[in-house]
Amino acid sequence: MSETVLKLDHVNKYFGGVHAVQDMSFSLEKGELAGLIGPNGAGKTTIFNLITGVYDVDSGTILFEGEDITPYKTYEVIRKGIARTFQNLRLFPRSTVLENVMTACQQHYQYGFFEAASHLGRWKSLERSIRDQSMALLERVGLDALAEQAAGTLPYGHQRRLEIARALSLQPRLLLLDEPAAGMNPDEVQELNGLITAIHRDFDLTILVIEHHMELVMEICPHIICMNFGAKIAEGDPDHIQNHPEILKAYLGEEVLEA
Amino acid sequence: MSGYVEGIIILLFINGIAAMGVSLLTGFTGVFTLGHAGYMAIGAYTAAIMTVRYGIHWLPAILAGGIIAMVIAYCIGVPTLRLMGDYYAIASIGLGESIRLILENWQSFTRGARGYPGIDNYTNLPVAATFFVIMAVLMFFLIRSNFGRAFKACRDDYVAASLLGFNTARYRVLSLSISAFYCGVAGALMAGFLTFIQPVMFDLNKSTELTAVVVFGGLGSLSGSLIGTAVITLVTELFRPISQYRMLIYGAVMVIIMVVRPEGIMGQHELGPRFIRSLFNRKDRSPRTAEGGGGR
Repeated sequence: MSETVLKLDHVNKYFGGVHAVQDMSFSLEKGELAGLIGPNGAGKTTIFNLITGVYDVDSGTILFEGEDITPYKTYEVIRKGIARTFQNLRLFPRSTVLENVMTACQQHYQYGFFEAASHLGRWKSLERSIRDQSMALLERVGLDALAEQAAGTLPYGHQRRLEIARALSLQPRLLLLDEPAAGMNPDEVQELNGLITAIHRDFDLTILVIEHHMELVMEICPHIICMNFGAKIAEGDPDHIQNHPEILKAYLGEEVLEA
Repeated sequence: MSGYVEGIIILLFINGIAAMGVSLLTGFTGVFTLGHAGYMAIGAYTAAIMTVRYGIHWLPAILAGGIIAMVIAYCIGVPTLRLMGDYYAIASIGLGESIRLILENWQSFTRGARGYPGIDNYTNLPVAATFFVIMAVLMFFLIRSNFGRAFKACRDDYVAASLLGFNTARYRVLSLSISAFYCGVAGALMAGFLTFIQPVMFDLNKSTELTAVVVFGGLGSLSGSLIGTAVITLVTELFRPISQYRMLIYGAVMVIIMVVRPEGIMGQHELGPRFIRSLFNRKDRSPRTAEGGGGR
């Protein structure tokens, strides 16, 4: 019994004369861990920006759990249950690690303006829930000891994990990870590998990950979508992708294949 | 206590209320404004006209001053704060000046540039102090809540904020409305303190001063804004006898702060036990343990 979580249907996006995303269609089933790969400039991050409403789609539709989310604004898409991380980190560097997570976590513990200004009513209990929930997530990614540090002072690998914790605290059903391993050394990549599979298992998530580290994608993603110049060139399991002539061409160039 | 000292203290409270409003908008939400004197003017004239012309009690008049300023800010904010960046700063200059010019030219209602005399002296020290304390407590509480975190998220990175599910435009409009309420109340208290108001009191200089005080105290620090207000108000008052050189000293204080502490007096810290501790052990940057996070 599978149900479709995300479905892109003939999505197009132009930036002036550049056809950045060409007739893109794919769908993710519930509980999938899928990879989106392709050379630099292929339009992978643009896909994420289209899904989350940062850019408007020029034509085509994006369905999330059967609902058309194409016209929604970014914050509406997020509230439907999608969360994402960024290729170039977008933490709140001056806030503490804990505050970063609490800022996202509070979406699920809303209280009113007058409770906030008077610290009466539900303020105390809900603030405690937000804090506890955030600490639990930080523990999960192994950053609980650094909770009171400014986020901007953390090492790069830790900031990446903090972004994942922050995204998870939105309690999404679909998680989009944009190059989570960028700038990491092989050991850190291995660690991240374990973290992604673990949260995929424990949080009952559908995950779509953009990645350049082929070993990471090939190892953890049973479903891989490959794109080049804005168009999908192949889709399938790792074996299929590794031997696909179009992909070898995209990554290695035509000359290599002819030789 | 001599009347003069009392007057300065009342002025400190009034300027403090206005500074808290601007601090919320500029310091915590990251929207620069150069027109908040306009909201003070609205508050001042509302309270003055209501008490003098219609004989309404000063307490509802002060609150009405705040609320009308808030409503006008909301109407201005909805179209301008949807746009990103510094559009509001530009719009706010125009807004502040328009309000002043309307007050100057609407002779029949505001008595124009000659000013509005004969306002009851309702702002005494207890009234000013009560308003200040209540509004300061509410503002400190608001900052330490989900709204405070939302405002800061919009300030630090609005794309990230909207990707965490915040309707950033709504939060900016809310922040502007609250800050206009604070400035409106401050203006209404000012009317009752001076008993005579003139449109020229609420010109661009006053707006700039409000923003300068907040930057000077530290963007993102409420206590910093209050300290900034105290310093600027006292500098202006203490050097009143040498009035020609007053602005020179005002400027010198600004330059010294910018050179010595470009992040403002308090940076983005609040004056509290944690800040004082951090002054003494600056080198000790070790992360605090999880349970030490404090429950508040």
